[in-house]
Amino acid sequence: MDRFLNLGAALLQPLLLLAAAPLLTGVIRRIKARLQNRRGAPLLTPYRDLRKLIAKEAIVARTASPLFRAAPYVVFAATLLAAAALPVFSTVLPGARIADAIALIGLLGLARFVLVLAGLDAGTPFGGMGASREMLVTTFAEPALLLVIFTLAMTTHTTNLAGMADATLTGATVLRPSYLFALAALLLLGVAECGRIPVDNPSTHLELTMIHEGMLLEYSGRHLALMEWAAQLKLTLFAVLTVDLFLPWGLATRLTTPAVLAAPPLLALKLLLLAALLALSETVLAKMRLFRVPGYLTLAFLLALLGLLSHVILEAAA
Amino acid sequence: MNPAALSLPLAEAAVLAALASAAAGLVAARWPRALSWLAFPLLGLAGACALAAGIDALWCGAAQTATLPLGLPWLPWQIAVDPLSGVFLLILGAVLLPVAVYGPGYAREFRNGRDSLAHLGVFTGLFVAGMLGVLLAADAFLFMVAWELMSLASYFLVCFQHEHADNRRAAFLYLLLAHVAGLLILLSFGVLAAAGGGFSFAAMRAAHPDALWAAIAFALALAGFGAKAGLAPLHVWLPEAHPAAPSHISALLSAVMLKVALYGFLRVVFDLIGAPQWGFGVTLVIVGAASAVLGVLLALQQSDLKRLLAYSSIENMGIIFLALGLAQIFQAAGHPTLAALALLAALYQALNHALLKGLLFLGAGAVLHGAHVRSLDRLGGLLRRMPRTGWMFLIGCLGMAAVPPLNGFVSEWLTFQAALQAWQLHDSLLRILVPLAAAALALTAALAATVFVRAFGVGFLGRARSRSARHAHEVSGGMLAGQALLVVGIAVAALLPGSVLGLLARAAVQLTGHAPAASGWLWLTPLDPASASYAPLPILAVLLVVGALGVTLLRPHRGAPVRRADPWDCGFAPPTPQMQYSAAGFAQPQRRVFAPAYALHEEAGVDRYELTASDRTWGRLYRPLGALTDRAADLARRAQAGHVRRYLAWSLITLLVLLWIVS
Repeated sequence: MDRFLNLGAALLQPLLLLAAAPLLTGVIRRIKARLQNRRGAPLLTPYRDLRKLIAKEAIVARTASPLFRAAPYVVFAATLLAAAALPVFSTVLPGARIADAIALIGLLGLARFVLVLAGLDAGTPFGGMGASREMLVTTFAEPALLLVIFTLAMTTHTTNLAGMADATLTGATVLRPSYLFALAALLLLGVAECGRIPVDNPSTHLELTMIHEGMLLEYSGRHLALMEWAAQLKLTLFAVLTVDLFLPWGLATRLTTPAVLAAPPLLALKLLLLAALLALSETVLAKMRLFRVPGYLTLAFLLALLGLLSHVILEAAA
Repeated sequence: MNPAALSLPLAEAAVLAALASAAAGLVAARWPRALSWLAFPLLGLAGACALAAGIDALWCGAAQTATLPLGLPWLPWQIAVDPLSGVFLLILGAVLLPVAVYGPGYAREFRNGRDSLAHLGVFTGLFVAGMLGVLLAADAFLFMVAWELMSLASYFLVCFQHEHADNRRAAFLYLLLAHVAGLLILLSFGVLAAAGGGFSFAAMRAAHPDALWAAIAFALALAGFGAKAGLAPLHVWLPEAHPAAPSHISALLSAVMLKVALYGFLRVVFDLIGAPQWGFGVTLVIVGAASAVLGVLLALQQSDLKRLLAYSSIENMGIIFLALGLAQIFQAAGHPTLAALALLAALYQALNHALLKGLLFLGAGAVLHGAHVRSLDRLGGLLRRMPRTGWMFLIGCLGMAAVPPLNGFVSEWLTFQAALQAWQLHDSLLRILVPLAAAALALTAALAATVFVRAFGVGFLGRARSRSARHAHEVSGGMLAGQALLVVGIAVAALLPGSVLGLLARAAVQLTGHAPAASGWLWLTPLDPASASYAPLPILAVLLVVGALGVTLLRPHRGAPVRRADPWDCGFAPPTPQMQYSAAGFAQPQRRVFAPAYALHEEAGVDRYELTASDRTWGRLYRPLGALTDRAADLARRAQAGHVRRYLAWSLITLLVLLWIVS
């Protein structure tokens, strides 16, 4: 019985995340619209967009290789698998044993590797531009993300994400300076990794400013749907990662009915807060010039490094 | 027969097969076919024997020694196989066997050229025999003989195509640094032999030199073996020499010879010197991190495919030495289990790098064979012209970019896990250093992904940038089979990390006395299952299942083939291949951000633009050093004026000084 419950928890949590991902995008768009005195599209528009894209015919560039058609599936599968390592409503999560936090970053790296190759595949200038810029963002964002994880792993003595959340839940609640630095770094990084303002603009189609959209320019139909869905999942993944690492209160530590039922509304509330924060910052800030981005990301990297060092110097004194 | 006694005879058979291959190479001067039909199969035999000997030595975990009836009268050669040499025999065999399968197809190109096939055959055999000799040697004398055989034979392989001036220059630089390195290693053995009272490794191991002499031996060994392994700042020969050799030799140089240097370092520092010191560890971490970051930054700016791979080797050796530094730090701090973990991470990385870099160099050779160019800016679209080579090259690139479920990720993961145990250290300086090293490693990993995205994306995807790339053809079956064998090795190292780690753990037990926890073939749980675990096989399975589900669920009902159209042209003229991002353009943002690391040289004309990003160590270190040598030589020349009177005066002064000393 326990085994079935565990398996259920392992399958249900990433699927829940997958199902909720377009909704989070819809919510962010709606809040943004309200902040700009617009009425905004219905919350379910992202779902309708996905359905419409899946139904449409996929057209592939004549110059593209077979990799171009395989890439959406790999990107989607790798992002979904990364999501399977995240506790969504319970820390009972076999998926977190298969892939720990470092493997999660590695899986996101796999998705990005394939996405960038797909951008280069059609041999168009915009694809190459997006690909090159995406790798610039990654050059700083990925190591900074690893440092954030390291800071928390050194405190909780595990790299298993469920274990990390568990350790934070059961441990004494103290305000750690390293966590503040790491949280600040993670928020900056999440914005960069998910291609939001001020690093990239998800709603732009002005070619010279595109990063993520530039790589997707040649995609259409079901391929585009998968890529879009994977991007929405990645945004949700970063939001849930922030919640799991820094605000895990509310996660069920055992699979009992009240605990499991109470967890999703609480998570939804926390995600709503993060969504509002993102919408607010996107409304207030303008997109940066590309060569300002390394400065922004170096700031995130240094914050993460400060977090790690402040942990080692201030908190680990045994 | 007792399986424990097999490893030494197998290793001896490997040496004999390599020597026989060298002899068969001589025949190739008269009958070129002898190279394909005799010399390469004998090399393959040597590789298979070395592989079997390595696995046997690791499986049994015991050392075997023998004394050969060769050598000096009072110093017969001693040989031994133990788990540590077993790891490197395994690496050598795992790369040599595919290279032997690949070789005949690649060398066929030279049959009608001016290059001597006998030259290639003889020195390849001797080179392999030298490397095997280094791994087998159990005394410093045989070690140095085999080491010099390896260095000299590889010098002749680097200058194989000596009609190009660049190759001659690269080979000379290589010879120079190999000799300096050999001298330093000899001095290091000298220090240890003086302490141990003998040239055999057993005597050196038994003696414990005091801390100062141990530090001197360590410094000499680090400089000597580090120069051969391509550590910064002694790496300058590597990106010149490795691309100059024929590609299957480049694979051996990068994948195996660097590991032989690593073996020598491990043997001297972890086995013979004895007591670990945290100072050694700190030095190794700093040198390793510097090499890794410098290597990957320079790899990012290369447009020559083989040069790019050579710089990436520097990066990987840096990562390996960084992990060794962690091992030394943990060992000195009294955490032998963690030291074993860090050491295993280094050994796993060595194995991965050998397999991946072997595959990538063979792939680069296939590109050179099929498209006749190796500059990324003249390639493009090769995945459609050379699909089999292309997909295998992609596997190599994914592995080097260290993404799951490939093998590069396993060793990176292990290194991170070792670094994350820094909280167990008591010294606050070390507790700061180790996380900083982890940060450098993380930066290296992200840059390495960029390097290989760029190499594959520009070389194999997009549209052909030159006529030769447009007319590229797939290579022959043998060359594909050689690459496929390496892919099999990569798959084993990637998907069964538990089993591979179980084998490598024997070497860690030999050097640290401990082994990390293991739990089965599927899981990787080096510490305890609750704190960190990784299972690549389920990851691959889920990726395949989700991918297959996606394909089946989203397939359109009509079942018509996918429609092809021209790429989006913004409503202007259709894009030409020249409008694609070039290799230099792709890495331009990083070039701008990391500008202080490069010596940039730009040349712009009306219709062309050339850019070389080279190493600053040349201007900063080697040119001043060269100028200093010149000046010293000038001073010496003054004494050597060619007048008999002056020479007589010198003789008289020398005699007087000697008499003064004696009296």
